[in-house]
Amino acid sequence: MSASRKLLLFGGLALAIVGMVYGLVYAVLVEHQTLDGLGGSLTTAFVRSAERDLPAAQSSLETYARNAYVYVRQVDTHSHWIGLAMILMVLGIAFDNVGLGEGWKLGLALLMLGGALVFPMGVLMQTWMSGALPKVLASAGAAAVTLGMAGTAWGFSRAQ
Amino acid sequence: MATGTSTAASRSVAEHLAPSGSQRLFVTGGIALIVAGMIFGDIFAVFVLHQNGNRIGGRLIAAVHAVAARDTQAVTTAFHDVGGLLENRGTKVDAHVHMIDFGYLALLMALVQPYVSLAEERKRLLASLFLWGAVMLPVGVFSIHYVGLQYSPFSAIGWASVIADLGGSLVLVAMVLETAGLLRWFGGDRAAEGMPVISTSSWCAKTLMTGGTLLVLAGFLHGAHYAITELYQAERADRQTLGRMVDAAAANQIAVAEAAVVRYGGLQAAKAIQIAAHSHVIEFGMLAMLLAFIQPYVKLSETWRRRWVISLLAGSVILPVCVLQELRFGLVAGGVADVGGALVIVALIGMLVGVIRHGGRLDAGVQA
Repeated sequence: MSASRKLLLFGGLALAIVGMVYGLVYAVLVEHQTLDGLGGSLTTAFVRSAERDLPAAQSSLETYARNAYVYVRQVDTHSHWIGLAMILMVLGIAFDNVGLGEGWKLGLALLMLGGALVFPMGVLMQTWMSGALPKVLASAGAAAVTLGMAGTAWGFSRAQ
Repeated sequence: MATGTSTAASRSVAEHLAPSGSQRLFVTGGIALIVAGMIFGDIFAVFVLHQNGNRIGGRLIAAVHAVAARDTQAVTTAFHDVGGLLENRGTKVDAHVHMIDFGYLALLMALVQPYVSLAEERKRLLASLFLWGAVMLPVGVFSIHYVGLQYSPFSAIGWASVIADLGGSLVLVAMVLETAGLLRWFGGDRAAEGMPVISTSSWCAKTLMTGGTLLVLAGFLHGAHYAITELYQAERADRQTLGRMVDAAAANQIAVAEAAVVRYGGLQAAKAIQIAAHSHVIEFGMLAMLLAFIQPYVKLSETWRRRWVISLLAGSVILPVCVLQELRFGLVAGGVADVGGALVIVALIGMLVGVIRHGGRLDAGVQA
């Protein structure tokens, strides 16, 4: 079995396990509390508004928006890690059918595995770090996966 | 030579789809999970999704009226109802997504079974463990809305969540042990010599592989476009619209507040549509690629196999494209999207019948 195929299969498996462990820990320890917080802050905003305490209402809406921003990214991280891991494994199984040299195939495998790790990590980092770095990481990771996938599709089309 | 290879391939396929074997459990269980998840998703989309959205809008309107009337109790009641409706929708989406994703993972596991260096009895046990977990998690998640916290010893987690988490743990344990088996195989502890036969040389397999790769690529590009051009604006618009809703209701401007509720609903619908199109096109692409590998197990005539392949790929394009058009063309586009989903489901059932027929023939051969 070629190194590129091994990299995709084992990298994909490891990434799927990482995504599942993260999802399980998140579901048990974080998600329920986050959802309660989301509902609570939105309700508080409207209750404060009914009490005509508009600064407090807007503050609660800020809390809600911040919680929603975090929640969406935490769930996205879980689903993208596992989704990308499955794509890596599927491609790994078929990678011998890519009509390119092993050097190119290893490069594509590294590009996709690196992107699949970094893209969701960048998304998750946005929940605890502001600034450009997390967005740059997420964008670079997504671009790496897309480029790797396009190269693989091209390789499949070259296969005999 | 060709005949020898072909015979070896047939023998390998027969061996790996042995009666009650782990690979057969994963293939049939995987396709069954995907079909069940898709049927559930279609029923949810037709009978629950839109009605649920309208009810949430109605409760938000009630909330802004309560704010205008300074009735804090009514506000709390309205949001309690919204929470229930969101939980109802969220748990059903989660059940749908997890059932299908576990199906994909089962098909993947089926493909790597020949590399897993464990006794067949243990592999069967792991396959059963995986499938039990893959059923328990979505059933548990689906039940969360109905079971709630009844008889639960925990403050925030009900029994349905416990069942769901237990199911997730079973899948995780099975995956970790399968990985350990794979590592043993690569470490040289190989119960069976030779590589597994995974053929993608037939017309059906090639078409599914190419179509699947293109669908996944299209999904990546769509997701990147959405993240760059719409995601952050949509989040800002959400916050602004909620702020307008609260301010207008407090100022007794009911018409403005109600317009903000309608706008908020539109924003949520637009976001849901983009995410649904993105996830469905990628998942259908991955499904097509996975099904490419199991084509040797689909015992049907070449004509019927091609029909199911075309039906699956057509449905895989129709559904996400029409979902994206729902904001412009409404229920007409939604209806055509459902037809696309039905095409995929029918194709999957057709292929499942082929796999079962294949297994039946092998069993008859074994008994003979």
